[in-house]
Amino acid sequence: MELPDYYARLGVERSATQEDIRRAYRKLARKYHPDVSKEPNAEAQFKAVAQAYQTLKDPDQRASYDAGGKREQSGTDTHESAAAPAGWDTDLFEAIFRQQAADASGGDLHAKLQINLQDAYRGTRRSFSLRVPQRDASGRVSAQERQLDVSIPKGVREGQHLRLAGQGGPGFGSSPPGDLYLEIHFAPHPHFRVDGRDVYVDVPIAPWEAVLGASINIPTPDGSVQLKIPLGSASGRKLRLKGRGLPSVTPGDLYAVLSIALPPADSELAKQSYLEMSKTFGDFNPRRNLEV
Amino acid sequence: MYGVIVEEDVQFTLVELGRACHVDAEQLTALVEEGVLTPNGGTPNTWLFDGATLRRARMALRLTQELELSPAGTAVVLDLLEEIAMLRSRLRCAMLDTEPAKFDP
Repeated sequence: MELPDYYARLGVERSATQEDIRRAYRKLARKYHPDVSKEPNAEAQFKAVAQAYQTLKDPDQRASYDAGGKREQSGTDTHESAAAPAGWDTDLFEAIFRQQAADASGGDLHAKLQINLQDAYRGTRRSFSLRVPQRDASGRVSAQERQLDVSIPKGVREGQHLRLAGQGGPGFGSSPPGDLYLEIHFAPHPHFRVDGRDVYVDVPIAPWEAVLGASINIPTPDGSVQLKIPLGSASGRKLRLKGRGLPSVTPGDLYAVLSIALPPADSELAKQSYLEMSKTFGDFNPRRNLEV
Repeated sequence: MYGVIVEEDVQFTLVELGRACHVDAEQLTALVEEGVLTPNGGTPNTWLFDGATLRRARMALRLTQELELSPAGTAVVLDLLEEIAMLRSRLRCAMLDTEPAKFDP
């Protein structure tokens, strides 16, 4: 199998000094590290760079790489060729795989799980299979598929972790098996945005609803509710529905952010209505504070 | 099977946090000494870390190992990353659908 060009990945010459290699890696790592990077595809880029550095930073491994010899022993190589089997949560697979590569002996494991905002409001059950390290009768550790049926508690928030006791890899020696940590993420929602326990929704209203007040139906992740628009509501006004955010001992709030939608003047009658309005409100100057 | 929400219902001893982060106690102690992690309790044997420390510790260790940052550098980066995450979240929530303005010459 052809070896990848690690020098090209780090953007250095084959004659580069160890110091050049370290400097090039650090620069690229800062650019692509998934925790700090906003580059598209940062994680894959970082993996490629880290893999190259893993080999080239060590003079012995570098020498054997230069000689076209054996590849480095870290798990990152296998990782690159790993692909999630059909039907798997890719993130989950990635995380588990990385963990196995990093620590094949097991212990505590970490994975990511994506849920819907609605699931966090009501609680849900999720079934998935996971490859986790397991020890057989002879003491050998190998990755085996395990079916998990997990209850996701109501009120869980973005970025929180769920700990499943004893569901990790086998323990060291005679110690008990490790735990499985699931990092919870919300799938992006077309209408709702979440900030901690609070949830925001943009609500377009008609000009007459804004001016005269109205009672309208708005969606919440837990079903629709009736919302009273106070008269004289401007665009951008935030109306708080106390306790309608994510459930908790002190539940979050739901904010309806109003925006005024204008009906198009796409017929003679509609145009006429706008013209009449401009006559009715002849004195109205929306820019009087701008002193123009 | 039921899980517990770490951030709400779990506290870690130094050994437990080390196991969850796959590092030895020494590396965590270095982060405590730098003020990156703040346990309750006076001595390493009695330290208790709240559940939210798991995320912070794991990120700190990734930054230290993969960006080769010093503990002091990690402390600064972590604080800034947390502030950015908070600001991004606020921005996302405050932002209405916007479109670029056009000049009418």
